[in-house]
Amino acid sequence: MDMRRPPRTVSDPKVRQVGFVTPSGAPPTRSLSDAPTTVAAVASAASASSPPSGEISLPGSSLSPVMIPPPRHASSDGRPSAPVAVPNPASSLRRESLRIRVGSYNASEVVLGTPPSASPSSRTDNAASEFSEETMSPWHGRSGTAKVASSFPGSTSEMIVMKTGVGGGGGAGSTPKSPLTTASVVKTLPGISEKEREVLMGTQNDGAGVSKTLKEKTTKAERRAVQEAQRAAKAAAKEAGAGVKPSAASGSAVVANTKQGKIVKPPSQKKDGPQIAPPSGSSEKKVVDRPPEKDRKKDVPAPRMQFDDKHRVEKAKRRAVVNQFEAKNRVELFRHLPQYIHGTQLPDLEGKFFQLDPMHPSVYKVGLQYLSGQISGGNARCIAMLLAFREAIRDYSTPPEKALVRDLTAKISSYVSFLIECRPLSISMGNTIKFLKNRIAKLPDTMSESEAKYSLQSDIDRFINEKIVIADKVIIRHAVTKIRDGDVLLTYGLSSVVEMILVYAHEVGKQFRVVIVDSRPKLEGQVLLHRLVAKGLNCTYTHINAISYIMHEVTRVFLGAASVLSNGTVYSRVGTACVAMVANAFRVPVLICCEAYKFHERVQLDSICSNELGDPDVISKVSGRQDLNHLDNWADNENLQLLNLSYDATPSDYVSMIITDYGMLPPSSVPVIVREYRRENLWI
Amino acid sequence: MWGRSASFLLDKRLRDQHPSLSSPSSSSPDSTMDPNPNPNHGVSAYYQTRAEHHAIVSSDWLAQAQAAVDREDDTALMERPHASAAVSLSASKPFSVIDEFNYWRKKPDLAEAVAAIMALAAVIRSCEATTMMELEIELKKASDTLKSWDTTSISLSAGCDLFMRYVTRTSAVEYEDFHAAKLRLIERGEKFGEISMKARRTIAMLGQDFVFDGCTILVHGFSRVVLEVLKLAASNRKLFRIFCTEGRPDKTGLRLSKELAALGVPVKLLIDSAVAYAMDEVDMVFVGADGVVESGGIINMMGTYQTALVAHSMNKPVYVAAESYKFARLYPLDQKDLEPALHPIDFGVPIPSGVEVETSARDYTPPQYLTLLFTDLGVLTPSVVSDELIQLYL
Repeated sequence: MDMRRPPRTVSDPKVRQVGFVTPSGAPPTRSLSDAPTTVAAVASAASASSPPSGEISLPGSSLSPVMIPPPRHASSDGRPSAPVAVPNPASSLRRESLRIRVGSYNASEVVLGTPPSASPSSRTDNAASEFSEETMSPWHGRSGTAKVASSFPGSTSEMIVMKTGVGGGGGAGSTPKSPLTTASVVKTLPGISEKEREVLMGTQNDGAGVSKTLKEKTTKAERRAVQEAQRAAKAAAKEAGAGVKPSAASGSAVVANTKQGKIVKPPSQKKDGPQIAPPSGSSEKKVVDRPPEKDRKKDVPAPRMQFDDKHRVEKAKRRAVVNQFEAKNRVELFRHLPQYIHGTQLPDLEGKFFQLDPMHPSVYKVGLQYLSGQISGGNARCIAMLLAFREAIRDYSTPPEKALVRDLTAKISSYVSFLIECRPLSISMGNTIKFLKNRIAKLPDTMSESEAKYSLQSDIDRFINEKIVIADKVIIRHAVTKIRDGDVLLTYGLSSVVEMILVYAHEVGKQFRVVIVDSRPKLEGQVLLHRLVAKGLNCTYTHINAISYIMHEVTRVFLGAASVLSNGTVYSRVGTACVAMVANAFRVPVLICCEAYKFHERVQLDSICSNELGDPDVISKVSGRQDLNHLDNWADNENLQLLNLSYDATPSDYVSMIITDYGMLPPSSVPVIVREYRRENLWI
Repeated sequence: MWGRSASFLLDKRLRDQHPSLSSPSSSSPDSTMDPNPNPNHGVSAYYQTRAEHHAIVSSDWLAQAQAAVDREDDTALMERPHASAAVSLSASKPFSVIDEFNYWRKKPDLAEAVAAIMALAAVIRSCEATTMMELEIELKKASDTLKSWDTTSISLSAGCDLFMRYVTRTSAVEYEDFHAAKLRLIERGEKFGEISMKARRTIAMLGQDFVFDGCTILVHGFSRVVLEVLKLAASNRKLFRIFCTEGRPDKTGLRLSKELAALGVPVKLLIDSAVAYAMDEVDMVFVGADGVVESGGIINMMGTYQTALVAHSMNKPVYVAAESYKFARLYPLDQKDLEPALHPIDFGVPIPSGVEVETSARDYTPPQYLTLLFTDLGVLTPSVVSDELIQLYL
């Protein structure tokens, strides 16, 4: 479990933001071996005891929505515990009260056992820090806290601890304390050494103090003083744990958490964004670095789950709504991607339709449609998701004692993480979610609930209309100017906007011929072929194997894109890169048609680090060819791996032009569009 | 092979549409219907202007002079408008942008884009609109007329776009008083002439740094900006020599060589097909541009593309000198994607019947074959052009 963890975290914390990372500064006393058992016990207890309350908030969704195939892990990590441990980002008022309570309840909690006593402090500390810097976009803050929890291998136990802490500490927590969880906490206790407990006692007040000072916007001198105190405390803590192997055993999380707020903070911070400070120094760094970090956090995408990390995946699976079966014989190079077969669990999920109260039925429906592949294609998925969210918002009512802004954000996040479980997000969906959450966050406090809901719904309508429907129209208008009579246009796969371009060009009377290139296993081109032929266009249909032959007669290549990245790389259906490369070799101009809302500021050089894996079975079977059975039972052969990639990255060298709603641009201008227009238009 | 080429179809269609194009000698005036007749048949107005500015006594020139005599009535019409522009408010004769534009573009040293802006400024002066909105609509009409009058000229349409952009950005919100706004716009238009001169000087300052002692520069085509750069370099006592291409069909290279020789710069003339032969000795290639397009490529006199290709394959830098008002929101994908600007070619001998002549006068050089662009915005790489254009127009 932990063999590879400590070196990684220590050696480069920046890269490894995912953070199953406890700072080595707070080494646990507990043995490695008892961690898993506790975790397991706790996990089962937790999942059994926590009813799906309306408050469910899936931290996974809090991952920056921009990431493509992200965080099944995060979602799943937090999932059972989330209802309990991560109360919705409360108002600052509430946080204040929480924090104060920590101080006052100190004594009793110590009696109860250290973990509960300290966890609230750490939590509030986290929360305070998160929210103070993230007031504008609460889900970021949420992600922070959520990830704190998920970052610890023993996160469940930690969360339980929190739960008891919250429950015992004045009843502010929204869920009742369960006896089960308390038991599990007690179980963890023996692992903690007396020495540590002492340290803990000593430092706890410090922790509270820090958070308080932090809140009050301390002067420089004050902060310095606090830092000194912290440093001292940290040193003490380090000494306390010096003898222990610096592993990130699950217990450490609990211990760290319980011990001092400060020690817990580093990992959370690290997860939030790029923190350069080494784990040991991060507690003080954090206090000082607040404002710049806020900025930086915005720039840096949230971490993505690495699916080659067994433990995270285990946990993710345990919490997932969707039962995911692992593909066998994974391809080594792509182990970090989610490795699931979609579709098989559909009946199962359909059965659950009426059980899942936290999920809005329309969202659930869309999720299932993603899963079954009924809805595919960037725009279609995006629109379906937005419409589902719109319905969910329409039916939404703020629970008592909650703020709409925060609760709705949490809700949307939980929906998003459900959708991610069904199928990894596309970049366009990520951008859209970012937009929606931003709209929610920017709702003025004075607005009544019905007004807010109405404004959000109209925002969604406007987004669909402006960014997708009208954008497509503009693209079509631009693209048609590039079609001349006598042209032979080649397209690959099925792109909605390319289809519209071809149909429109035909309607305005251009004389041209279309070559549709297709590939297994999806054979989406046949859909396009069917529609175009029905409209009376002159079409040629071929498979990608014949691309070098057919390219001779082609004069233009029109391609769609899932996303255009800021180095001009086009991220699109697998095979696009091949078509573009051949076209480039034949000196045929390649035109990429892509709405600007799909642009993303990320840079990607290959198709490996971020991609989506499809079902390997579909490439092993050829429909209608029973005699081609060489790959039957391929999964039994250890040496055989099948790779069914969904996307690839086309280098900008092969792209002659990108047609967007902002006009026709060279690929080198994508960052200009992202820079100039992303902020004002998408985030209005 | 050629049969499947779309360009062939396009050419054919074009010839079918304009039968007069295929036979340059027959200039039948079919202008009875057109209120603003394009006086030149078979010759792009842009190149006509150039020919008048950079006149060289040659057989082409004589032919053009002959053609000019035929069109005398047209030119007479052109002389009038400026006088009328002032009085047009009261005069019965309706104001015509085209005439105004033609008046301005006859002036030497005045770039076409500037002429367009001057013409539009004149529109503002003469227009009777009372609100900013009306004025804008009228201007839009005028600029559309101008653009459609000569669709081949990139700097004309770029100039129109630029001015329109300025007008819409300087909307009435800023200057509540309509008359103040109007005056402001006129002033701006008139300033443009100076700006264009200043741009040329800026470019010369920037560009001459790239000329080093002992270098050999290949220049293709005649460009006032390139000439300015070389003049400044020469006056800074830099020692360099120039290879001038002949620049068929209008032999602009001869004019350039004359000017350079007057400056005391050693010049060698090459025929256009000797570019590859001479490229070994060349250190850099200088060209001007008719237009700089969104991809960062340029549209320039025929032969620029092949010169750039040869230079690129021999790893010689290709520098383009162009004022920023030549940046146009165009994005040609290939050579045939341009509005063809035609220029008749004198082969000196009668052309056998049934033989087609390629009369296009310019080509498109893709950005990957250009090294740097010297503009009044600074020395840019081709990819920055799109950046600037986006900032200007979006």
